[in-house]
Amino acid sequence: MIDKNTTFMGYRRENKRVGVRNHVIILPVDDLSNAACEAVAHNIKGTMAIPHPYGRLQFGADLDLHFRTLIGTGSNPNVAAVVVIGIEDAWTKKIVDAIATTGKPVVGFGIEGYGDHETIKRASKMAKEYVQWASEIQRVECPIHELWVSTKCGESDTTSGCGANPTVGAAFDKLHPLGNYLCFGETSEITGGESIVAARCANDKVRDQFMFMFNRYQDLINRHKTSDLSDSQPTKGNIAGGLTTIEEKALGNIQKIGKKCTVDGVIDKAEMPTHPGLWFMDSSSAAAEMVTLCAASGFAVHFFPTGQGNVIGNPILPVIKICANPRTVRLMPEHVDVDTSALLQSELTLEGAGDKLLECMLRTANGRLTSAEALGHREFVLTRLYESA
Amino acid sequence: MNHFVLHDAADTVAVVVVEGIKSGMELNGWIMDDNRHIKITAGADIPIGHKIALKDMKTGDTVIKYGVDIGKVVKDIKLGEHAHVHNIKTKRW
Repeated sequence: MIDKNTTFMGYRRENKRVGVRNHVIILPVDDLSNAACEAVAHNIKGTMAIPHPYGRLQFGADLDLHFRTLIGTGSNPNVAAVVVIGIEDAWTKKIVDAIATTGKPVVGFGIEGYGDHETIKRASKMAKEYVQWASEIQRVECPIHELWVSTKCGESDTTSGCGANPTVGAAFDKLHPLGNYLCFGETSEITGGESIVAARCANDKVRDQFMFMFNRYQDLINRHKTSDLSDSQPTKGNIAGGLTTIEEKALGNIQKIGKKCTVDGVIDKAEMPTHPGLWFMDSSSAAAEMVTLCAASGFAVHFFPTGQGNVIGNPILPVIKICANPRTVRLMPEHVDVDTSALLQSELTLEGAGDKLLECMLRTANGRLTSAEALGHREFVLTRLYESA
Repeated sequence: MNHFVLHDAADTVAVVVVEGIKSGMELNGWIMDDNRHIKITAGADIPIGHKIALKDMKTGDTVIKYGVDIGKVVKDIKLGEHAHVHNIKTKRW
């Protein structure tokens, strides 16, 4: 189905990275600036505000992650240009300057001293210039290995482990030898499968980094848990779908890394990978948090297998839903991009399922909207590490 | 039709993949890893996605799925019965 000569039509950015969408985003630094950003996006058609609830009085590693996530979102190649609005100038400038290193158009506005009206007027003027400029950018032919693909599953059930997740694994097994950048994570949901992931690490250095991240998360859970976590992991939705223990969920989860891929590197949340291969990102297992982090790390397309029917999307990262549960496909068809339920009836091979997903990936990369995009799902959820100062 | 699937021939539980499984029905199972088929009788009504026990298991036994440990039996389970949170628990956390 695909080989090294396969191509797709993408947007080549100033820093040579390739995107599959051409968004002009209006990005708030903080909660206070959401209203101005939404007003600008309302004024200037074809732009998109990305509101969120944080950005004030954070400090230390939590603040670093906030900046890294916003800078990464603006820097993502699916974004053509960025208007940043913050309550004051200093943090706004920090984000603008970092996004500017990609070479893409970016400008920032601080609200203090101007008020919302004047800020919205100034920002709208620039947003209009950006969106008209971006609307003339043409897609160009790009080799498949330049497509960065991330994965995370959600509202999993037992069909995820025997159908939807192995489909992603089959696709990853085909992309990995081509030199694609690939990513998985969900540190807590590796519990029970950690030795299998460790065995797949490319070398001892990666293995040590992975086990460090894994053990750190286990310590966090042990510090904060009030019981055995059975009220949270598996979730109530997982249990309704038939998943019984975290080990069972984890073993299903790691089917997404296929049978052949090596784990080639480990990154912290919203960090950018530095070479091709499959990367483990230390991350929450909450769907919108993890997908937001993947977008901030620079990934351009996302594979999201689901069993019970998670409906998540992301503002800038197209989220492709894969489902093998025939009941979910019947009850929630508008959310399913790739139906692999035939796998469970031996009417579709795993290789065939992987090819079906790769075909959908190429169509999505070429511009076809995913179900989540068509339905307007734009979940943007920042990961917080601890309380504000 | 596959009524249930299992990953590994050593698994002691399997996943029901069709709706409407009732106690007493004869079920066809597919072992995915070596593409073989087995038959058992359902000992309970089991919803789609939920697990069926492939052997009798005693309290304290380890439950095997994907060929590995997924938890422990906390209430005896008979072949064909529904295997879930009422009779299996995690060994972690």
